[in-house]
Order: sequence, then C-alpha cells, then structure tokens
Amino acid sequence: MLVNEAWLKEFVDYAIPTERLTEKLTMAGLEVDSVNAAAAEFTGVVVGEVLSVAPHPNADKLRLCKVSVGDTEPLDIVCGASNVRVALRIPVATIGAVLPGNFNIKPSKLRGEPSNGMLCSEEELGLADSADGLMELPSDAPVGVDIREYLQLDDTIIEVDLTPNRADCLSIEGVAREISCFTNQPFNGVKPAVIDVTTEDIKQVVVEAPDDCPRYLGRIIKGLDRSATTPIWMQEKLRRCGQRSLGPLVDVTNYVLLELGQPLHAFDLNKIEGDIVVRRGRAGESLELLNEQTITLDESVLVIADQKRALAFAGVMGGQASAVNDETTDIFLECAFFTPISIAGKSRQFGLHTDSSHRFERGVDPELCYRAIDRATELLVGIAGGQVGSITDATSVKTMPVNNQVSFRFERIQRVLGIELEEATVESYFTSLGMGLEKMADEWLVTAPSYRFDIAIEADLIEEVARLYGYDNLPQNSLNVSASLAAIEEKIQPLDRIKDLLVDLGYQEAITYSFTDEAALKKLTPNDELYPLQNPISSDLAVMRTTLWAGLLKAMDANNKRNEETVRFFETGLKFTVEKGQLVQEQVLSLLVTGQAQPEQWGEPSRAIDFYDLKHDIEAILAVNNMAADYQFKSAVHDALHPGQTAQLLNKDGEQVGYIGLLHPALESEFDIKKPVYLAELKQSLIQTRHIPEFQAITKYPPVRRDLALIVEENFPVNEIVSYIYSTYDLVSDVVVFDVYQGKGVESGRKSVALGLILQDKSKTLAEQDIEELIGELLKNIKNLFDAQLRE
Amino acid sequence: MENSLESIVEKAEKELAEAQSLSVVEEIRVSYLGKKGVFTRQMKTLGSLSPEERPIVGATINHAKQQFQTLLEQRKAQLENELLSKRLSEETIDVTLPGRGQSVGGVHPVTRTMRRIEQIFNRIGFDVAMGPEVEDDFHNFEALNIPAHHPARAMHDTFYFDEHTLLRTHTSPVQIRVMENQQPPLKVIAPGRVYRCDSDITHTPMFHQVEGFVVDKNINFADLKGVISEFLKAFFEKDVSVRFRPSYFPFTEPSAEVDIECVMCEGKGCRVCGHTGWLEVLGCGMIHPEVFRHINIDSDEFTGFAFGMGVERLTMLRYKINDLRLFFENDLKFLRQFN
Repeated sequence: MLVNEAWLKEFVDYAIPTERLTEKLTMAGLEVDSVNAAAAEFTGVVVGEVLSVAPHPNADKLRLCKVSVGDTEPLDIVCGASNVRVALRIPVATIGAVLPGNFNIKPSKLRGEPSNGMLCSEEELGLADSADGLMELPSDAPVGVDIREYLQLDDTIIEVDLTPNRADCLSIEGVAREISCFTNQPFNGVKPAVIDVTTEDIKQVVVEAPDDCPRYLGRIIKGLDRSATTPIWMQEKLRRCGQRSLGPLVDVTNYVLLELGQPLHAFDLNKIEGDIVVRRGRAGESLELLNEQTITLDESVLVIADQKRALAFAGVMGGQASAVNDETTDIFLECAFFTPISIAGKSRQFGLHTDSSHRFERGVDPELCYRAIDRATELLVGIAGGQVGSITDATSVKTMPVNNQVSFRFERIQRVLGIELEEATVESYFTSLGMGLEKMADEWLVTAPSYRFDIAIEADLIEEVARLYGYDNLPQNSLNVSASLAAIEEKIQPLDRIKDLLVDLGYQEAITYSFTDEAALKKLTPNDELYPLQNPISSDLAVMRTTLWAGLLKAMDANNKRNEETVRFFETGLKFTVEKGQLVQEQVLSLLVTGQAQPEQWGEPSRAIDFYDLKHDIEAILAVNNMAADYQFKSAVHDALHPGQTAQLLNKDGEQVGYIGLLHPALESEFDIKKPVYLAELKQSLIQTRHIPEFQAITKYPPVRRDLALIVEENFPVNEIVSYIYSTYDLVSDVVVFDVYQGKGVESGRKSVALGLILQDKSKTLAEQDIEELIGELLKNIKNLFDAQLRE
Repeated sequence: MENSLESIVEKAEKELAEAQSLSVVEEIRVSYLGKKGVFTRQMKTLGSLSPEERPIVGATINHAKQQFQTLLEQRKAQLENELLSKRLSEETIDVTLPGRGQSVGGVHPVTRTMRRIEQIFNRIGFDVAMGPEVEDDFHNFEALNIPAHHPARAMHDTFYFDEHTLLRTHTSPVQIRVMENQQPPLKVIAPGRVYRCDSDITHTPMFHQVEGFVVDKNINFADLKGVISEFLKAFFEKDVSVRFRPSYFPFTEPSAEVDIECVMCEGKGCRVCGHTGWLEVLGCGMIHPEVFRHINIDSDEFTGFAFGMGVERLTMLRYKINDLRLFFENDLKFLRQFN
C-alpha cells in the first residue's frame, strides 16, 4: 500500500526524518518496500496563466502564447499542446528551469518565433507516465507561485507491505495511528463536520443477510453539480496513492477508502427501482460488473439488489446498470460493513481483486461506517453541492461484531518473551494501542479497539508488547538443550552415503520437478494410473511423476543439446502412483547414464557406456551396504526398457527393489534420443538397508583356485550356475566369471563361460583328492541341472 | 711365481673390464674361483712346496685372490648400476600426462546447502523428520491455523488435486505430523520440497524449505533469537548482523521475519538487497496456541518456536548465484561448479 508523508502528517505530527520513519515502520511490522519522492527533481516551474493564444505563422500545430507568471512582463511561449487556451492556468517552466532528466530551459526560437519558457504537461514534470496535453491547474491557482510549493510536491511516497493481520493499517489514518504509537505523538483522526440534512428523500434498506452484512448505511444525495471537478489537492493525494482521478463521485469514494480504509459505493439513484435489498445471489441470476465482466451468481455470493435485480457484487465491485457517470446528479451512497467470511475467497473465485474486496476480506473496522459516510458526504457536497438525505441505518445488533476481550496473564510476558517488564510499561503500551484495560485478581482483561479485531488471544497481546518493546531489544539466549542421545540405526544406510558413493562414481545429482507432462509418463509407465493436478502451471508440468526417468530424460536431452555427450545423473525423491485407488508416495533413487564409460583420455580406447557399467554402480551400492549376497538381478520386462537388456533387482525376500535397463528403442524417437540411454530406478528403503557386520575368525589355511571352462546354451543366465555353486558348496568361498566367449571352437548356439572357483576349508589345508572329488561332483550336477559341459 | 700371479690378476682385470653382463662376470668368477679355477689350481701347487715356502707362497696367492675379488665386486657393482640406470631410463614416463579413471561428480547445490543446515542443527541435537509432499488440507492449512478463506491462503498459491488434497505449500505440516506422533520435548528440522503455483524470474513452482521447531517446557522468544542468530552466523561463517522484525504467520504468535546484513554488499546497499542493506532470510515465531490445540498439546505447559527458511535463497546468497531458475535446469555446467 502507498502512503505519503504529507497526508500522514495531517493525522500525526511526527518529527523524525523519513529514513528513521521507514526504519521504525519496518521494525513495527509494517515492512517498507520502497521510498520514492512524490515528484521527480525539477526547479523553476511556476503557476502561469495564458493571456492570449495566436496562430504560429510557420506551423499549423504550434501556437504563440502570452503567458503571465506574476509581476514580470508576460512571456512569449510557443506551445504545441491542443488544450492550450486563454485563461488556462498551467505550470510554466521559466528560463533557467531544470526539468526532470536534467532538461534545461533556455530562450529559443521555434520555427522562427521566440519562445521564453515552456508550458508543461504532467509527464514533463514527472508526475505521470504519460499525458495528452498540458496539466490544467484550477482557475484559482496562484499565478507566479512555484508549482512545487503549490502542489506540495516535496513529499515522500512510502510503499508498505502489510501482513494480512494488519487490516487496520490499510488506510492513511491507520498507518498514522500506528506511527503515533511508536513516536509518542498525539493522533488526530478525521472528524467530519456535522452534516445538515437538506432533503427528506430516503431509501429503505432491507438486509436479508444480516450475518453477512451486520451494518448497512445509505443516504441519498441529490442535485449534484455535473460540471464540478475534483480539486487539485484531492487529485494529488489520489495520485500519490496510485489512483487516477475519475471525476468527483468516484474520487471521493476512493479518497475516503484511502484515508479511512472504508470502501463506499455510489449508485445512480435514478437507476434503482424501489428499496435496496442486501441478499444472497439467486441461482441463474447474472450481474454485469463495472469492468464489463458478467458473472453468474449463486447462493454463495452476497449482492446489493433493488426490487428487480442484483445491482452490485457486495464488497467487491459495483454493477454496470446502476453505475454513476458524467450525467449523474442524484446518488445513493452506500457505506456498509460486510463480514470477512462473506467476502473472503470471492474475489479469487471470480478473479476480481479490488481495493474494496482486499479490505473487506481482511476486515474493516465495523464502527467506521458512520464516520466514513459523513466524511464522504462532507467532501462530495463541498465539491459538487447537492441536497443531503438522512442516513438509512440497517444495523443488526445481533450480528454486529463486538470488541474482542482478551484475558492476559502478566507473567506470560516473562514466560514467552524472556523479559521482565514493569506493569506500568505494559499498561502504557496497551493504552497507546487504544486498548481498554481492567485489572482483575489474577489477570488483566484487555479490550481491543474495534479496528484491532486481529487481537483475539493472549499471544496476540504478547506480540504487541514485543513490538512496542522492540524485537531488537528482546534478549537472546543460547538454547539450553536437553541432551538425550538417541540410538543411530546402523542397519539403515544414510542416504547421503549412497549419494556420495554415486558422486565418487562420476554422477551429478539432478533435481527435477515432481510434476511433468502426461505424454512422457504414459510412454514410460503406460500401466500406471496418473495423478493429475487440478490447476497445473502449464501442460508440461501437469501430472505427478510416476517415475523420475521423465525428468532425468528431459535434463539429459537439454544437456546433450549443450554439447554434453556423456551424462550421469542420479536423483532421489518421491514418485507418485495410485494403488487400489490410494495415492502412494514412495522415495526412489533413479539413475541415468549415457555416453562414454570413462572420460576421454590418452591411454585406453574410449568405450560407450553399457548395461554392465550401470549395473556395477548399483552393485557398488549393495557392496557399500554389505548386502551384495542378499540381492540378485533377474532378467525382466519393463514397458520403458529393451526386453533383452532389462533386469529387476530382488532382495532376499523376493521383494522388488527396482529395474535397470536400456531405454526401449521404440521410445528413443519419442524422446528424440539418438544413442543408448541406460536407466535404473530403485526403492530407497530397500537400498538403504545394510548388514551390521559380524566378525568371522580369519583362517590360516591357504585357499585353492580351480578354473573351469563350461559350455552352456547361449541364452543361459550365467548367474544361475554361480549362485547354485555358492549355495550348494560351502567350501567355495568365491566364484569369479573371468571370461565369456562365443565363436571359433564353440558350437554355434552355445557359449563358453570361464569360472574361477576359490576353495577354502577353514579348518584344514584342502587335500588334492578332496578337491578332485568336489569338482567331479560339481561338474556332474551342473551338467544335469543346466546342461553345462566342461569345455574340452 | 709372483710374476705369474701378477699376470693372472692383470689378465682377470682385463677380462672383467671387457665383460658386458653380469652373467659373463659370473663366468669369470667361476673360471678363477671355481673348483677348477685358476686360483684353486694355484692353491693346489702349495702341496709340492717345502713347509718353509708354503706360507709365503700361500699368502702371495691369497693376496692375488683378494685383488681379484675386489676387482670382481667393483665390476659387478658397476654393471648393476648400469643395468639399474638403464631400467630407470627405460621406465621413465611423462608424469605430466593426465591420470586415468572415472571423473568425480557432485551433489546438487540444494543438497549441499541442506546438508550444511542439517549438520549445524544436528550439533545441538535436532532430529530430521520428513513428511509427504501430497498433503491434505488439514495438515497444510487447518492445523496451522489457516482456515478456509483465511487471507493467508492467498499468499500460498496452492496446487490442488481435489478440494482437500494439495501439494504442500511449505514444510510446516511436518510440524503437525511430528507432534501428532511424539510428545515434547522436541527438537526437529524438516527439509524438503514444497510447491507454489507461481513461475517467473524469482519464483519456481517447486522449491525447498527447511522447517525447524523446538517444543519444551521453558522455551521462549530469547531462545528463538539465539538459535536463529547462531545458525545464521554458523551458516555464513561470518559474524553477520541479524535483525528480527515483527511479521505475521497464522501458525506463530509472536511472529518475526529475520533479515541479515546483505552478504553481497556488507550492508552498504546493492541491487540484491534492494538498496536496504538487509536481506530477508527466514520467518519464525512462537508456536501459536491454536496449533498446539489442534494436536492436543497443552499450551500452558509447553511453549515452542518454529522457523522456516528457503534453501534456494540461502544457496544463492552463499554461492552468489544470481538466477533462481538455474536450480532446476540441471545444466551440467552449472551443477559441476558445486562439486
């Protein structure tokens, strides 16, 4: 919200400089966002009056003017503005003036005619971003007076970012009231003059929704002068608060809204049929608003209606059909209190955020209506005359909010803030905030003023004490921690360890959005039910990810396009799937690799990354967890992966840990990928489990190695033999697969697999005979089980 | 005899000098000292001498033999040295060539910052808690004293799935989830992803927060100020000025926003701090009694504070990153800078 110092000072005469004021506002919780001069720097501009206007002999669009700037000789000034006319008062930049942008005014000739100064527009004075003619000053503007002095331009505009609880500060008066608290200067609020009732005319008001509208005041003002214009001082104040002048009727309601924080609305009296009714909307009813948007009403919307139709969206925006315009002479002025709950959410629902809805949904002082309607009346009649009717007051005592009363335990200040204060100090804080105070036996009863409806509980009062004491003055402690030591679950591998392992294996961690585009997910996980957002920010970020691969593939693609050929990414995070109608949010670790197996170097030929490179990295995680023996890879099928290069990882209990494989060639074109991409996705909980080591005695007997070359069917999974040997022969402590060969010397359709068996007896040195027996039996068994023959 | 021995040593010296390998030297050794060697044969002649002559001639032969052995050892050492030098020279490599092996990657800068934050709070005994990202209205809003239509909801541009299901807009719901299951005393931080329906130069629809809270019997605002100030100094490794100013969050009362002296300009005023010299880094406050009421904790017995900070913001300030959007583009040229 914009406030300007000149206006604030009408209500509180603080003496501190701007810089100090803004700091104090910020430290009081009214955060200052920006501070700007009310007008750009310029000098030498005075009020002038056009005495004569004559055509320019050499230019159609220019005029020769004689302009009075006071006691001196009238000035000859050439002017091109279309609104220049005799008797007009305007700002005149005299010779020697410096306009914004360091523009110096010097005597000159325009198309041969002398010009000694310049008639200015608002734009040229830096008062507006654009202008379509000279700035017209009132006919009583004092000729010769410096325009900065006349318009009081040496003023500062402060932008305050208000938190939603401080609705009481959504006005100049409110901010001034707050300033008076922390500067200890008296606050002088607006006291409108007593309004003389000059017409008998009144309009009846029926409030059918007193819960939504506990108070509705209205009055007729007739016979307004259509030609009246908004005085320059009001225009200037509006401008400094970011409002354009739109004629006296609108300006006055805007002015009171800014000054007091009370939204008002003026209806054209002659467009209302019968009584005013405050009611909920009816299904199917429609209302064309001032912004020409037509909304369809329903039961949830509060409206101001007449006998026939809805006239206005209560507290949000007036309607087109009852709007005031240049022809309006008679109005019905509304000044009501709508409850926050009746307005809240409505502006968002209809996409209508107005100054009025902003205030009503945060709350307006319910006691402000009388003062505000009189203030508006006083101002309007002062500008445009007219006869004033008496106020129709529809107040529902039953639903009117009462001032909050809060029990306050003095000792809670110490308990919550850690400070010892004198009772008198706290009393003075509350008094300066306009609170009523009644001291009871054990506690105080504090009554908040009607504009501080945000004060509802004791903690709110403690915050007020803290604010006025100054947050920066509050003490600071080192936290006194109770030091109980919790057990560290060793069988859970910290995720950071796994991340660090991958980092050491050359991976970069990626973080991609948790939502992505539906098409990608449908390709990668066609059988997963998707979980879409109701209000996505864009169509490519519309559905919760069922796999992290979608994001990683996008990130890879973007890097490929930046000439990064080799990519190793991992990401951890939630994936979102629907199982039996229930959303499941599961932590997974995903990996993506593509490009070269090792960074390019001089010593070894480069090689493309393949399945086994990625598999190694997953095995490394299992190794770090000391779990390699408990997990196994099995050939598997996955919609997104190449059927011949896919494995699932299973744990000892047969639980699915995840998949690893080559992106399905059919998807390469879908994702615009031109080279192999290997992917894995693993359930985090299952790759974070680890063995707690248990010591085994170290044997002193030497191990023996026997190498076997076996011929098996070419598609036979080698691991079946390896795990058979492990699980069957206790003496085998390790099996190394050291060669896999197909080609010359091996029958086609079969392959040769070379195994190195490490044999170890922990209690004795193995005798050659025992070894021979074991190998003999083993060969017989694997021949029977797997059709594996010893290679001759 | 003496002449003969002299000539033997002379001959041997010549032979050794000509020997170009250790095996030739060995052959020479055998030919002089072996069973059938020159000196062995010489010694055998002693038997034919008189007892008076024997020691004299024997000593002469031994002297010559020692001379030979010295020559032999010298030549052997010489050849060994040559061999070693040759090997060393042959085995010389260009040590300036780059090393081989896998390159090293790195964690995302957001992770880097979250780890620092966790480490700092772990030191004073904070536990880490996590919560779901698809949340319900109760945990994200209601229980945090943000009822439907509360104006504070307008500050949270929320992604919805249906009327009551949403993407959490902050990590504060973890507060509720922890307190639903555990009794005070509690010291917890909750890092994680959060979501707001907003995307421009300074907003991404997803970002990270770390929530923290402490609940115990005698926790007050001074403790909050202490923890936050010490944290910020620890995080920035600098004695930064910290200021607390009143603010508003529905789930804390009193509430504060915390500014630090701008780390870019050291408080002099620059573009980053909007020429104020201050940077807003986190929000905090004393846990609102209404929040305690929702989870049946007696707010007369227990008090607590909570705070929330934006991880990207702290990361940007710490590492002088000037564009928020870089965080989720996953450009390797960006990510590698944090390895």
